[in-house]
Amino acid sequence: MADANVENSEMTTRDSSEAGKRESEMTLRPLVDIFEDANGINLMADMPGVSRERLNIEVDKDMLLVEGDASIDMPEGMEAVHADVRSTRYRRSFALSSELEVDGIDASLKDGVLNIHIPKRPEVRPRKIEVRVE
Amino acid sequence: MFGNRTNFGGSLFDEFRRLESEMDGLFGRGSWPAGIRSVAQGTYPPVNIGTTADQVDVYLFAAGLDAGSLDISLQQNLLTISGERKAPVREDADYYRKERFDGSFRRLVTLPDDVDPEQVEAKYRDGILQIHVKRQAASRPRQIEVK
Repeated sequence: MADANVENSEMTTRDSSEAGKRESEMTLRPLVDIFEDANGINLMADMPGVSRERLNIEVDKDMLLVEGDASIDMPEGMEAVHADVRSTRYRRSFALSSELEVDGIDASLKDGVLNIHIPKRPEVRPRKIEVRVE
Repeated sequence: MFGNRTNFGGSLFDEFRRLESEMDGLFGRGSWPAGIRSVAQGTYPPVNIGTTADQVDVYLFAAGLDAGSLDISLQQNLLTISGERKAPVREDADYYRKERFDGSFRRLVTLPDDVDPEQVEAKYRDGILQIHVKRQAASRPRQIEVK
């Protein structure tokens, strides 16, 4: 058993061949956690390899798009012997709803984890309703 | 509870994704002999391994890792990586999706036989853990001159 023998394919994208073209268009769907609290919706996405400069977040009408390019530090002429990850491009979009305040979206990125907070409009935040005891 | 993400979520798109991965299993990965230590797709963290004539690089796609929890060891050509990734469920929130891995992991990877266990380096940047191992000089391809 000379090499960790799983698959022999070049890790770099080969744009000349048909297979290469298909590979370069293939995108990864980042895994996410989405949860809601009283203030808004939080979205956390795993995008390993993506730095701030290579991250793009767009809101168009009611669609939130998250995309990014992973940069992987690879020497020239490296040959892949095993690849669970076959693309370096992440992309996933989400439909937003009208009670969310898209202008207030806040995003941060740390160690490949993207954290997006989408606040709710103040008028839809839950208010505590006091019950008077008479 | 959330460990197996194939059980989570029931939307049509999740169903497509499941189908896609099954197709991949049927026609893609399945047609190659799988390494004895290879794991099911979707296991955290995904691993890529690349080689050149004088080095082997292992890439773990492990976002949000607690670098202090990492334990990396190389015994001959068997690389063991264990660590912890915390993505706990917040009690005060309602969850729509919980796909991200939470907990500790351990992966064993067989490297080529000629790696030098004395020359290993690891770095963690932007959520990728890269383990760089040199190969022994004796086994690198040599140019043989014809007289």
